[in-house]
Amino acid sequence: MLPFAPDTLVIAALIIPLIGALLIPLFHTAPNARESVTLATAAALAFTVWSLLPHILAGGRPEAVDLAVVPGLDIAFKVEPLGLLFALVAATLWLVTSIYSIGYMRGNNEPRQTSFYVCFAVALWATMGIAFAKNLFTLFIFYEVLTLSTYPLVAHKANAVAIRAGRIYLLILIGTSMILLLPAIAWTWVLAGTLDFTPGGILGGKASPLMLGVLLALFAFGIGKAALMPLHFWLPAAMVAPTPVSALLHAVAVVKAGVFTILKVVVYTFGIETLAYSGAGSWLVYVAGFTLIAASLVALRKDNLKARLAYSTVSQLSYVILAAAILTPISAVGAAMHIAAHAVSKITLFFAAGAIYTAAHKTEISELAGIGRRMPWTMGAFAIGAISMIGLPPTAGFLGKWFILSGAMQTGQWLPVAVIVASTLLNAAYFLPIVYTAFFEREPVAHSAGAAAAHHDHGEAPLPIVVALTITAAATVGLFLFPDVALTLAKLMAGV
Amino acid sequence: MSALTAQLAGLQVVVPLLGAILSAFIRRGTLAWAWAALVTATTPVIAFALLFQVWTRGTISYHLGGWPPPIGIEYRIDLLNAFVLVLVSLVSTIMMPYARRSVAYEIDGDKQAWFYTMYLLCLTGLLGITITGDAFNAFVFLEISSLSSYVLIAMGRDRRALVASYQYLIVGTIGATFYVIGVGLLYLVTGSLNFADIAARLGEAAGAYPRPVLAGLAFLFVGISLKLALFPLHVWLPNAYAYAPSFATAFLAATATKVAIYLLLRIAFSVYGVALDFGSLHLSTVLYPLSIAAMFIASLLAVYERNLKRMLAYSSVAQIGYITLGIAIANQAGLTGAVVHLFNHALIKGGLFLALGAIVYRTGTIKLDDLGGVGRTMPLTFAAFVIAGLSLMGVPGTAGFISKYYLVVGALDAGKWPVAFLIVASSLIALVYIGRAIEVAYFRPVAEAVAHAKDPPLMMLVPILILALASVYFGIDTELSAGVASRVAEALIGGLK
Repeated sequence: MLPFAPDTLVIAALIIPLIGALLIPLFHTAPNARESVTLATAAALAFTVWSLLPHILAGGRPEAVDLAVVPGLDIAFKVEPLGLLFALVAATLWLVTSIYSIGYMRGNNEPRQTSFYVCFAVALWATMGIAFAKNLFTLFIFYEVLTLSTYPLVAHKANAVAIRAGRIYLLILIGTSMILLLPAIAWTWVLAGTLDFTPGGILGGKASPLMLGVLLALFAFGIGKAALMPLHFWLPAAMVAPTPVSALLHAVAVVKAGVFTILKVVVYTFGIETLAYSGAGSWLVYVAGFTLIAASLVALRKDNLKARLAYSTVSQLSYVILAAAILTPISAVGAAMHIAAHAVSKITLFFAAGAIYTAAHKTEISELAGIGRRMPWTMGAFAIGAISMIGLPPTAGFLGKWFILSGAMQTGQWLPVAVIVASTLLNAAYFLPIVYTAFFEREPVAHSAGAAAAHHDHGEAPLPIVVALTITAAATVGLFLFPDVALTLAKLMAGV
Repeated sequence: MSALTAQLAGLQVVVPLLGAILSAFIRRGTLAWAWAALVTATTPVIAFALLFQVWTRGTISYHLGGWPPPIGIEYRIDLLNAFVLVLVSLVSTIMMPYARRSVAYEIDGDKQAWFYTMYLLCLTGLLGITITGDAFNAFVFLEISSLSSYVLIAMGRDRRALVASYQYLIVGTIGATFYVIGVGLLYLVTGSLNFADIAARLGEAAGAYPRPVLAGLAFLFVGISLKLALFPLHVWLPNAYAYAPSFATAFLAATATKVAIYLLLRIAFSVYGVALDFGSLHLSTVLYPLSIAAMFIASLLAVYERNLKRMLAYSSVAQIGYITLGIAIANQAGLTGAVVHLFNHALIKGGLFLALGAIVYRTGTIKLDDLGGVGRTMPLTFAAFVIAGLSLMGVPGTAGFISKYYLVVGALDAGKWPVAFLIVASSLIALVYIGRAIEVAYFRPVAEAVAHAKDPPLMMLVPILILALASVYFGIDTELSAGVASRVAEALIGGLK
């Protein structure tokens, strides 16, 4: 067996990113050493989290720390399958993103790189806290830490647009969590007398269907990171951040923390059966379905590549919420799978967008004609990510959708089925033209010196960037071919 | 040794009082500072000893000059005022190392010794109000602390400090007058000036003279509300805090209003509440709307303020609103929230004002628009500002969250969920004004005044960091804050008729 006890590993996972955050500023003047610290921290974290896997698969549920802040509010951690899956995805992709960041931040001469890496490490620390939280209170603390630590990353460029985006980011995320999520947690405490995540839920028989419905609404909208419409607009605004931030945080850690929390609340706080029996969750299908379609329609009209990806994320997040709202164990499996699948695919797409920006300084889709020939690796990876977004085999995106659809069909819920089919078509409609433009359209011929400068001769982005996006693209296919780990964890979570 | 232990209650006031008198004979500023720091440092030792005695053996009754109450003056220490004594003396002691540089920078050499004299007198007054069990004695200490704080404020560099001090003098005198009228009415109907004695006789007196008893409460309430800056009686506070010397602002913000709130708690719960039905006093009826107005209106005023000290001053008015809201809720959780926020807010606001003082010390300005990039040139100072600011917002994991949690639970227990909603909604406004300061400090280009600034000397920096870290520490380990506060609330509720 492994040399470390599982609870030591849990504590290690919660300490390693913090140590990194403290060490990085010491190497402020030596960028190479500083980036080595980031890489070493990310590698150590990924190793630690992967080391937990055998314990969880063997049925262990390691716990660590139990600190009563005031009676009823405990800071405590307990690793369960869904949390581990989320932590695995985040920690592994942090390592890849760290490689990518080096190429991106240096390639674009970004200012204040030290504070950038520090905030990144703190954000990952918060993500681990969310993934391993034993109760709602602990999750809530790290949820807020995640918002606060990513705010400086959103406002990183420090121009008027970035500062405005930062304001929206803070106001929406802190606002919803304070006004809706906090009362929801307090109310849960009053109803159930505990905040612990418990298989089967803690609210069964504790509240009327109407109260459950209202409480679910407080949770669903209070968790602003899940970007349910109409509280989604912080996410497109946050795209002003440097691309590694958009890639890891606003396609993986932050937004997944949102849907992860919703899934966790539905499965472990309400209990799937409690919600399904009371019918209190049926409205969520409509809101999630609406967000899914509406965000896709908006994405269709965006010419800015990152903006289109952002709306695609809003739409894809609602797959997870929709899957949770279908309220069958098999669709919950689909939700968990989609968290992992969307993470690897969307990060690939963002990596590609950042590679294009670094190599060609282009941000609009209409400028991308013929770029596939200059940057074959980048656009090849982009194509794989796009196929996964649409949900076609042999990519990871297919798996999540498959389970969500089977869950909906089993219980005869035809509305979610229709929504998913429609959104698949929409996804194809806004992703395939990009791939087509990149590979099959001709690059416009330069007529003047100015235009020639605009289309300056460029090849692929710096090597770290290409390496990173190749890894994630391979993972997108790999997750389809070898879904065992993710699938087992998802099934353990849903109890099927 | 045991003779000394028996005299602790007296020493709590006598030591700083004598210290103040001796300090007046010192010429040199640095020497006066050292003396004041030494005297201040004895007060938390005594206060902790008293808290320990109360914790283990219950209420202490100390007869000043050996005259038994109700004829003589009694110092009566229970958990509530032992807690406030610890708070006031401890925060002052933490702040003292900071004072030397800051006072030397802001106040002329020949006046520094006077400043420390007035500071020690003010500390004496605040400790005296807290420790005494005698209504008139409290008035005397109230005047000592008020008169000395007028002088402290008037010593600010800006000439507007004189106007601010004068404004506070007028309002404060009205407040003191109202208080003494209230005490007079109580004396007329009960024939006593001792709080416990009044409480014992008030029930009977209320039967005979219902109107003077209630009028007495009204006078006491308005008088104390002026001192604690209850909205809308707060108008003196923003100017006083904005123009006072930095150290005086931090000291007064952390202690003076807290002591006034203590006095309100004492009179509402230990005097009137013991004798009469609490609901019939209609304190909650008055406090609910005023507290909620304070939470929202004062916070919004803070948002529109470009002078950082005034911004935090308005924020103080808002935060006092949370404390009085807890008093209005008047159940176990609500009162715990009020008392724990008394404690937490002293740490938070003390830390914030000290950080601003350090910024003044290094840049000479306190206007937000002149402070672009200050977060980068004074990293530790501003990091402390951010941490204390997060606590002010009530981010989970900080002391401010604990306060708000108890207040929300108190409101829910009282069946007032709209109030719970207003508590969380108003704390968002703090996000706006603290967030704006953060934006300017980190994301604006470095301004001229800030360019050559750096973190202040360690003597100033360490108190700032201690208070900032304390406002996080007490969000995780709440034994000393919420633990004691909850027992205090239990005692106050348990004493009610």
